[in-house]
Amino acid sequence: MSVAANTRTGRKIPFWRDERVLSALAQIISAILILGILYWMAANFLEISKQRGMSLSFRFLSEPAGFPISESSIPYDPTMSFGRAFLVGLINTLNVSVWGIILATILGLIVGLARLSSNWLISRIALAFIEFHRNIPLLVLLFLWYFAVFNRLPSVKESITLPGPIYMNLRGLYLAWPRLTETGNIFLTFVAAGIALALVGWSILRRIREKSGRETYYFPVSFGILILIPLIGWFVAGGMPLWVDIPALQGFNFKGGLRLTPEFGAMLVGLTTYTAAFIAEVIRAGIQAVQRGQIEAAKAVGLKDPQVLSLIVIPQAMRVIIPPLISQYLNLTKNSSLALAIGYQELFAVGKITINQAGRAVPVFLMVMVTYLTLSLLTSWVLNIYNRRIQFVER
Amino acid sequence: MRKITTFMGVLALASILLAACGTAAPAPSVEPVTVVETVVVTVEVPGELVVTEPQGYGTILARVKERGKVVCGGRTDLLGFGYLDDSGKNIGFDIDLCHAVAAAVLGDPSAIEIVPLTAADRGPALQTGEVDLLSRNATWNSKRDAEWGNFTVTMFYDGQSFIVRKDSGIETLQDMDGATVCVTTGTTTEKNLATAFADAGLAFEAVTFEDTASVYSAYDEGRCDVATSDGSQLAAIRVGLQNPDDHKLLGFTISKEPLTPAVPAGDDQWLDIVKTVMWALISAEEFGITSANVEEMKASENGDIRILLGAEGDWGYTQLGVDADSLARAIAAVGSYGEIYDRYFGTGGIAFELDRGLNSLARDGGLLYSPPIK
Repeated sequence: MSVAANTRTGRKIPFWRDERVLSALAQIISAILILGILYWMAANFLEISKQRGMSLSFRFLSEPAGFPISESSIPYDPTMSFGRAFLVGLINTLNVSVWGIILATILGLIVGLARLSSNWLISRIALAFIEFHRNIPLLVLLFLWYFAVFNRLPSVKESITLPGPIYMNLRGLYLAWPRLTETGNIFLTFVAAGIALALVGWSILRRIREKSGRETYYFPVSFGILILIPLIGWFVAGGMPLWVDIPALQGFNFKGGLRLTPEFGAMLVGLTTYTAAFIAEVIRAGIQAVQRGQIEAAKAVGLKDPQVLSLIVIPQAMRVIIPPLISQYLNLTKNSSLALAIGYQELFAVGKITINQAGRAVPVFLMVMVTYLTLSLLTSWVLNIYNRRIQFVER
Repeated sequence: MRKITTFMGVLALASILLAACGTAAPAPSVEPVTVVETVVVTVEVPGELVVTEPQGYGTILARVKERGKVVCGGRTDLLGFGYLDDSGKNIGFDIDLCHAVAAAVLGDPSAIEIVPLTAADRGPALQTGEVDLLSRNATWNSKRDAEWGNFTVTMFYDGQSFIVRKDSGIETLQDMDGATVCVTTGTTTEKNLATAFADAGLAFEAVTFEDTASVYSAYDEGRCDVATSDGSQLAAIRVGLQNPDDHKLLGFTISKEPLTPAVPAGDDQWLDIVKTVMWALISAEEFGITSANVEEMKASENGDIRILLGAEGDWGYTQLGVDADSLARAIAAVGSYGEIYDRYFGTGGIAFELDRGLNSLARDGGLLYSPPIK
């Protein structure tokens, strides 16, 4: 409008009132400011580290660590290097995060659906669970789980014995666990092949059905493949490919079987319940975002209730659920760094000990931050691929 | 998406640098300490004896006398060594050593000022001369001696020990094979533990916490068979457990922790004064001098006692610029070494009971031994 007026009068716009010039100028100024601050910080850091003689070297990583780590999935002892200790910490972080994400999703789905239940009691219990966990800091909950629950279990000699056998005491949860024998690898190959073939069969048969409209029984067929091939493998391997490792009391502690330490247990339970409360809200919001008309229409065309849920509600709810769900997964991974407080030695805890023992604060912090950043970016990258696939395809 | 990734990258970089600056700024300087005020002190030397004093000689005594107070680096949070009593008074084994020095050089045991220091602050406080005396259960080792200042006389021989339940049947390191051990992270304790078990070819499982309170709370609940730290700390912790009588300290140590008062570098006179006061406390126990009988002992038949208490001769006080009876005043103020020890750690001691062990006099099988004071 004003442009039109200007052209009509033929007056040129002075540059300080030209929007394009102004916005370019604003961008240049903010870029200079940000770069200036970054330069100042980098220069300051390098100057100080030169003064203190603290070089930004990572050579210490190959020196022996000298400190013990409570639990490790890979062989580790204090004579191994700081780098190895760091790897142990990373694996511990992944361990608790992956299991936490799986369990929190399942629990969150249950609680989220319960929250929407028409049963008053169930919906209120879900509400109480959500509000309890959402309004108390995670660190407090972790202390509660560790010191008030896991550390209150009976001593080793008075272990709670559950059928299985599963032993519970304040040194951990011990359960019988299948382990591979010499022929185990052959069996394992067949299991992997079974899973792969079942997946391939599922997707091919399903596509055929979608194209031709013919019933291909894709579910029973692929399920059959999943069972049959490992079964063949069992006989091909000959003898027992698996044996059951049963925990037994030896000396101070139980030996054998699968052991979950109280630190891992408290961390897993704490992270799972806390994140599940947020996921439950995300799922509730996602389901409620589906317009009522969709459900009514689905019912009107004669779909049964489970069909309404799986064909109409969930696919549409997913579009709303996935983006906030990604940030909950990222939160869970990052929150695992609180494990330091209750003695579960994940990435950050090992990092802090390394800083203390090797005296290399800056390189270690850099490594810890870059690792968390990589983990988070990887998680959101993978989930964003999935997110793009389920979004509306506009034709 | 790309924009967001770039932005996150920038943010990450910024936070890395901020963190770097943040941690770097308050760290202690490692520059060599320069003594700012150099007071030239002329000491009246009797006779022809010529003593050449190095730079800095006498500066601390001069400033202590001018200030009328001895500034001691101490602590307020370790039961037995430096803590607050029910009325909020800062007391303890380490604090008494400070009182002894004040009584010796100023004649008034209460002329002290305690600067509470954390473990990380104590080195710099000594390097910069912020304190005249560091009496804060610091382990003497060669690196600290080179970097911090001068260590005087070891007044408490500590060592890393273990606390176990009495019914566990653990007596030796070998009994602990396969045991679960609670320990604080990021300490020398943690490394000593790993080394001791590895050297003995034993396996153990560590449960580690950053916070000391968590370590002992987990031990108390039975999460661990054993907890490990300095013996004196374990003795202090034992008092606070649910049933102190169910627990005991093992009678051996796996490290040397000689807790020793230290003074700033560069003033040999002050170093000698503090050393002599510490020796005097040990000598007093050797001679049977106590805070109660110090006056009558001045007339003792033993000539060494008379010299120590300043009744005759010169144990070096002229050269050190203090009074003849300064050691007697120190003993009168806090008592002999045995009295100080028993006050806090003896039978019925106000902190906790701890066997004297290495802290007995040499003649009783311990490590305490004073050079002659004469």
